[in-house]
Amino acid sequence: MEYIDYYKVLGVKKDATEAEIKKAYRKLARKHHPDINPDAKDAEKKFQQINEANQVLSDPENRKKYDKYGKDWKHAEEFEKAGQQRQYSSGGPAGGFGGGGNFSGGDFSDFFESMFGGGASSFGGASSGSRGGSRQFKGQDFQAEMRLELREVYETHKRTITVNGKTIRLTIPAGVADGQAIKIPGYGGEGANGGPKGDLFLTFTIDNRTSFQRDGDNLYATVDIDLYKAVLGGEITVDTFDGKVKLKVPSGTQNSTKVKLKGKGFPVYKKEGSFGDLYLTYQVLIPSELTEKQKELFTELANLSAS
Amino acid sequence: MNTESLVPVTVLCTHYRVEMSFFSNLEEIGLVELESIEETQYIPSGKIGEVEKIIRMQQDLNLNLEAIDVVFNLLDKVNGLQNELHSVRQRLRIYES
Repeated sequence: MEYIDYYKVLGVKKDATEAEIKKAYRKLARKHHPDINPDAKDAEKKFQQINEANQVLSDPENRKKYDKYGKDWKHAEEFEKAGQQRQYSSGGPAGGFGGGGNFSGGDFSDFFESMFGGGASSFGGASSGSRGGSRQFKGQDFQAEMRLELREVYETHKRTITVNGKTIRLTIPAGVADGQAIKIPGYGGEGANGGPKGDLFLTFTIDNRTSFQRDGDNLYATVDIDLYKAVLGGEITVDTFDGKVKLKVPSGTQNSTKVKLKGKGFPVYKKEGSFGDLYLTYQVLIPSELTEKQKELFTELANLSAS
Repeated sequence: MNTESLVPVTVLCTHYRVEMSFFSNLEEIGLVELESIEETQYIPSGKIGEVEKIIRMQQDLNLNLEAIDVVFNLLDKVNGLQNELHSVRQRLRIYES
C-alpha cells in the first residue's frame, strides 16, 4: 500500500483553497470520466483516484486529518487512539455517497481505506458528486480483448476464457471480424447498492498469417502464372481458404487480371452456409533468364509481331 | 413495440430518486423517447443504460442536458470515425502487401 499524494492527483498546491480544489476536480473529472472515455481501459481507475482525492480534500475535516497524518498513514489510528479529540468513526450520517460517485461501488484505494476506515461509510456526505445511498446502479461494463488467428475464425468453435476470475465458455461464430465486439451480459462489475451487474464487452483482434487478405467477407489473393500460360491459356491449381481448386486460364490473359471465385471467401458472420467471394489477381511472371534458344524464339516472335 | 420491454417512468423516478420532470426534459431535448400507454409513460428497457449514463454525467460532472446531448453526439462521431479508420486500415493492408 502506498501513500497517495491527493494534492498531486488534483494538481493543486498544498495551500489550495476549497474553490481551487473544486475547480481542479471538475476539470479533471470532465477529462477522465469513464462515460466520456468508454475505450480508455484505465479511465475508471483514474477517475476513481480523482474522486477519492476530491472526497478527502474538499471536506475540511478529512483534509485536516490527511494533512496531519497523510504520510504517516500507517500510524494514524494509533495517533487517534492516543488522545485526538476529533473522531472520524464509521457510521456517519445516512445518505453518504454510494460507491464514491463511481461505477463499481465502494472501490477505494487501500490507502484511502486505511486512513478513513473502509470507504464510503466513514464519510458523512462529503462529496459534491455524491449519490443517494440506496440508489441502485448497474455495474460497470468491462472491456476485454481476445486474439485469434484468421484460420481459427473460419469455423464456429468454442473457447473458454477467464475474466476477473470468472470462467466463461463462449461460442465464437465463424466470420467474426477484426475489431468486432460482442456483449456478454452480466459478466461486468458488481452493481452499486444491489443494482444489476454490468456487461462484458469482448473485442476480437484477428491476426492474419495467411496469404489471403480479408475485407469483410471477401478474400483477396495474388496468383503467379507463367508467361506461356498467360499467352496460350491453360489450367492452374490455386489455393483457396479451404483447399485447392482448378482454374482455366484463357489465352491472352493480361497481367493484373482479376478473377472472382463466388462463395470461396470468408464465412458470413452468423449466416451459416453463406460465404463471401475470393478475388484472385493474376501476376504474370516474365522469364528473366533466357537460354540462347529461347532468346532466338522470342526474337523471332518479336519480328513476326512487328511485320 | 413490445410492452414487455418497457419500464414505467414512475418506477425509474423512485429508483434513481429523480423527478418526473427529469424524464420530460430528457424527452424534450431528444435524449430519450418515452412511450405513452393508457396515460402511463414508459421507457424502453434497452435505454436504461443511457439514462444511467446521463444521471452520472449530471451528478459527477455537473453537465446540463444540452451539454450531455453534445457529448453523446460527439461520442457517436468518435465511434463512427474509429470504425471507419479501422476499416480503412484493413483495406490499406490489402494494397500494401
